[in-house]
Order: sequence, then C-alpha cells, then structure tokens
Amino acid sequence: MTLAAAFADDLAFVPYLVAGDPTFDDSLAYIEALDRGGADVIELGLPFSEPIAEGPTIQEGIVRALDGGMTTERYFEFVGALSVEAPVVCMTYYNLIYQCGDERGPRPFVERAAAVGIAGLVVPDLPPEEAGPLRAACDEFGLDLIFIVAPTTRGERLEQMYEHVSGYVYVQARLGTTGARDDVSEQTDASLARVADWEVPKAVGFGIKTGDHAERIIAAGADGVIVGSVLVDIVAEGGTEDHPREDVAARLAEKAEELKGGAVAGARRGTRAEQP
Amino acid sequence: MSTKESRDGKFGEYGGQYVPEALMPAIEELTEAYERFVLENEDGFVDEFRRRMREFGGRPTPLQHADQLSERYDTDVYLKREDLLHGGAHKLNNALGQVLLAKYMGKERIIAETGAGQHGTATAMAAAHLDMPCEIYMGETDIARQRPNVFRMRLNGSEVNPVTTGRGTLKEAISETMRDWAKTVENTHYVIGSVVGPHPFPAMVRDFQALISEEARRQTREKEGRLPDAVLACAGGGSNTMGAFHNFVPDESVDLYAVEAGGSSLSVDEEAGVAPNSASLSTGEEGVLHGARTRVLQDGDGQIMESHSVSAGLDYAGVGPELAHLVDTGRVDAVNVDDDGALEAFHRLSQLEGVIPALETAHAFEYLEEHHDDLGEFVVVNVSGRGDKDLETVIEETAERDLSIAPEMDLFREIGGGAL
Repeated sequence: MTLAAAFADDLAFVPYLVAGDPTFDDSLAYIEALDRGGADVIELGLPFSEPIAEGPTIQEGIVRALDGGMTTERYFEFVGALSVEAPVVCMTYYNLIYQCGDERGPRPFVERAAAVGIAGLVVPDLPPEEAGPLRAACDEFGLDLIFIVAPTTRGERLEQMYEHVSGYVYVQARLGTTGARDDVSEQTDASLARVADWEVPKAVGFGIKTGDHAERIIAAGADGVIVGSVLVDIVAEGGTEDHPREDVAARLAEKAEELKGGAVAGARRGTRAEQP
Repeated sequence: MSTKESRDGKFGEYGGQYVPEALMPAIEELTEAYERFVLENEDGFVDEFRRRMREFGGRPTPLQHADQLSERYDTDVYLKREDLLHGGAHKLNNALGQVLLAKYMGKERIIAETGAGQHGTATAMAAAHLDMPCEIYMGETDIARQRPNVFRMRLNGSEVNPVTTGRGTLKEAISETMRDWAKTVENTHYVIGSVVGPHPFPAMVRDFQALISEEARRQTREKEGRLPDAVLACAGGGSNTMGAFHNFVPDESVDLYAVEAGGSSLSVDEEAGVAPNSASLSTGEEGVLHGARTRVLQDGDGQIMESHSVSAGLDYAGVGPELAHLVDTGRVDAVNVDDDGALEAFHRLSQLEGVIPALETAHAFEYLEEHHDDLGEFVVVNVSGRGDKDLETVIEETAERDLSIAPEMDLFREIGGGAL
C-alpha cells in the first residue's frame, strides 16, 4: 500500500519503533503487534550512532538495537522479513543513507530500500537545501520523502519543504527532541495552520502518548498521529523473565488500539466530521 | 576580521548545515549575527572582543625562541605560547568570542560541550566574566579523567551535566548539547568548542581563533624578518590548527602541518566499531557528522567509530570541514603521531624548555622531533595549551611504559592512584 492510500481511507495512526530493539526477533514481533493494533503506517528507525534529533528514550532504544547487531544490511533483511499490512517508512540519519553501497550518495540506499518494499524516508538531519540528490533518487525508485516541519519553520524554508515533500508532512508538535510529554502543545495548532493548504496529509508527532492526546490532535485538524517514545518505553521494559516477548507485544498492541481509538474519536468530533 | 568564503558555509564539498529542522532557526539567527557582528563589526563587536582578549585574556601571547630545541634540531624553533593565554589554552579565544556574541544577540543562557574540559573551563570563565548563566555537558569518562577541570567549571559558577550515553566522551557530549539547544533555542546560545558543526560555527570559530596566526605572522617578521618555513599544530577538531594556520594560508612558502593523534594504531576494528586513533584527516572518509559534511572515522555503513587518543582533547571522530578541505587541496599536510611519541615529547619539552605542554600539543612536538630535517630552518609550533590538566594521565601512562626520557617513576608506582 502507498502512503497516500494509507492516509486516504481515514486518519492515520503512525507508530515508531527502532528496528532490532532489543533484538532482531523481538523487534519483528513488536512491529507486527503494532500492525495488528491498527497501525496505518509504520515508521521504522534504522539506528545511527549519533541520533542528534532524538530524546533519551529513543536514543536508548537505538543503543540497544546497535548493541543487538543492527546494521543497514540487517535492516533491509528485517523489513523483508516483516509480515505487516501497513506501509513502512524508514527513519534514519543522512550519513547512513549517504554511505550505503559502493558509490557514494543516496542512490544505492534508496534502490535497496525500494527493493525490500519501503514506501518512504524521513531523515531528520537532512535540510531541504541538501535534499536534491535524495529527492531525485526517491523519484527514480518511487519512494516518498517526508519532511519535518518544526514550530519554528517559516518562510523560504517552508516553501523549500513544500517543493520536496511527498507522502505526508511530519508536523513537529513542539520544540525539542522526541519524547513523551503530558500536555498537547499550543504550538501544534500554529504549526498545522502553516501547512493547512498543503496537499499532502499532515501527521503530528513529538510528545503524544495517550489515546486522549491522539484524539485532541486529530480533532485539531491533523490527518494522523505519530507516536514513538511511549512505545519505545514499553519495549525498554521487555527482554526479562518478568516481561517475556509475548507480553510486551500484547502491551504494544493494546497501546496501539488505545491510540488508534483516540484518533478515531478525534476524527468524529473534529472538523473533519462536518466535511462532506 | 576575516573573511570572504565565510558566507555560504561550504569548503569545497565539505561543510553545510545538516541539522534537525528545529535547530534551523537558531542556525539562521546565528549566521545573521555572525555576519553582522563578526564580519561587519556592527556595534563595535570586534573592537570589544579584541579589547577583552587583551585585558581579560592576556593577548598577545608571546612568540618565544626555543633555545634548546633550536640547538637540538639545528633549526630556529619558535613557540607560539597559547598556553600563556588566560585559562592555559587557546580555547578562550573562541569561548569569549561566542559568549560575547551571545550577549550581542540578546541571549540569556550559555550551553557548551567539552571533551578534555579545556573548552568547558574556557566557556565557564567567559560566562562568569560576562555574567551569563552557563551549563556544560561532559561525558562521564572525560569527567573521570579531567576532574580538576570539572572543578574549575564549578568554581566559575557553571553547571556540569554528565553525559552517560555511548563511551561518555566528546561526541556524545556534542549530541547531548545539540538536544538541549533544540529545546531552548529561543533564549540559549550553544558555544561549540571547535571548528566543527553546522555553518556558521566552522567559519566563526576559525575567525575567533585566527588571532593566533594574525599575531604569529606579525611576530615572525619582527623576530626573523621573514615568514617561517613551516607551522605545526596538533589537530583534533581543529580549532587551534585553523587558528594557527588561517593567516598563513595565502603564504604559499609556509608549509602547514596538522598533526593528528595516531593513538595506539592507525588500523581500524570495524567489528568492534573502534578506531584506536583520532586521525580523521589521515584515515577518515567523507561523511556527515554533527551538522557538517567532513572527514569522519566511520565503518562501512556510516556508523561513527569510537575514536581514541591518550589526549582527551584530540579524541574526536570528526574534524573541521575547512581543515579537511585544505588537506584535500594539498595546502595542509595531515600527519600523525602515536600515543607513545606524544608522551615522549611531553617529557622532552618539559625538560628541555621548561614548558609542560598539553598532551594535545605534545603531538606537534613529536612530529618536529621525527621530521625536523624536512621542515626548513624556521619553524613555528603552536603550543595550544599547558599540560597541568594532563598530569594524572601522564603519571599513569608513563608508569605503564619504559620511556628513557621520563623521570624515575618508582615513587609514583608505589603511591598508586590519587598521587595528585
């Protein structure tokens, strides 16, 4: 399924986990649990050693995945081995995309990603000014390229993103790095307003951790919610006798249902309900 | 102040602004402030910077003839004494420049990363001097091996935040400080410690550090009536290197040597993700790290390696993009010296000249020892810092080795840890 289709039928619930956190097999089970729990798109992190855009929760997940032996090649195997209905978006840092394969530049990575069925890319440290070669490779192999719009993104930068973006736009709900927060930021409304006339769907992320949050975000006009840290927290508790893989997977599925349910409720009471 | 190629942040293929979107407004604001205050001297920024570097910092630092080394090598060796700058290292040039710039920008809070602790202490001093609240991020491994510097930062009223991720050294501290900045951009300035990171940091830090070569170039003419044949500086991130080289770059008769940390070996253990050296110019590959495209110690996938050096200040997996470019174009020679050689040079300079150099600086002196025949008749070595901060490390590392040049170490072996 394409990303456009994933957003087309309804609002989208977009969970994030780090591939291989804490092991290849655990992680497969966890991603598949999120899929069963109602994921419409899966953002799957390819761990990089210097994750400057992440908060401590996801950074720890990245460290666990790297310690568990995740590499770029294993990541592609991982995606190939996944049995999920939702399209997979790869979230990683530019150096891993740039270094992949024999020729330097993003093309070999995108070619491999397309071959294993990855639908799109999110690259938090790639500004639109430097995105030309990656955009070209994505066009060649049919991948979407998602950009993150921050509460501070305005003017020319916003226009450059508009030119390059496809699939959906990732609206960062607040300043800072990723991490679950207790409130829903007012900055979200302002950020959504700035991209209101973009044709691509708007998915809001950063700090969403309950069904109630998801409901309010969707009611505020978002087309989707991206949820990472609260799920990585659940993974972090796994891997011990007290928390066997099946229990962690069940909790992830349950949390996914809560978040998806909240989003659906938000759609019912939000502006979209009144639209024809 | 300098310069012309400062405006687009590209040095050949290197440089750029590879940062999360949330940081871009801060980077753009800083770029504008750099152009206005540093390049155009708006509001007399540069005048105030130079005045404070004289009165608070103690500039100009001397260019001193090293009598014993000159005799030993049959070459005129001069020391550019950045170790005599306030704080004991070149780091204050940059720290004071950036904290002052933050004030001109109306920022209310300073954050910084530090590896060896030299940049942290310089930033803490500058922040106290200019009455700005300051928080320093430092890897816990570095905190353990640089305790006196940690205390100096606390004495100057700065908070020190330990970074526990990864191996707990400089690159983790940089990542952590960027995270803080992403949350606090509106009122906070990030004082990066070297000529690394996204534009405008590499150009701006170089401009502040270029006081070194501005003075040295004038001083060499005063002392010898001509420019030197060679300038040597150690290179980690490359700030003392770029500072010592910048004004000599157009002088093609002056050879420039960036001396990197060869660590214990130049070979790389891809399996373990470890490069037992910090020689990113000599052995690194092009990549993107901490906001810039540059030469990076990385594995085949692009994961950043854990670097190593006996000297914490050189222990970094990347290097400034401009320095990488100058090496690529052949203007600067990238060379390296291993841990053993650096330790020997540390003892040699201490004994022969009465100058205890930083372990970072010692790398440059070992290169001089090994290659003085090829460096001409008039050589300037940048003494980037003094070695007091390294004494505990040097006691340990010397006791482990059989160095004929070192003092008798039995006393220290018996006392064991905590001798200081």
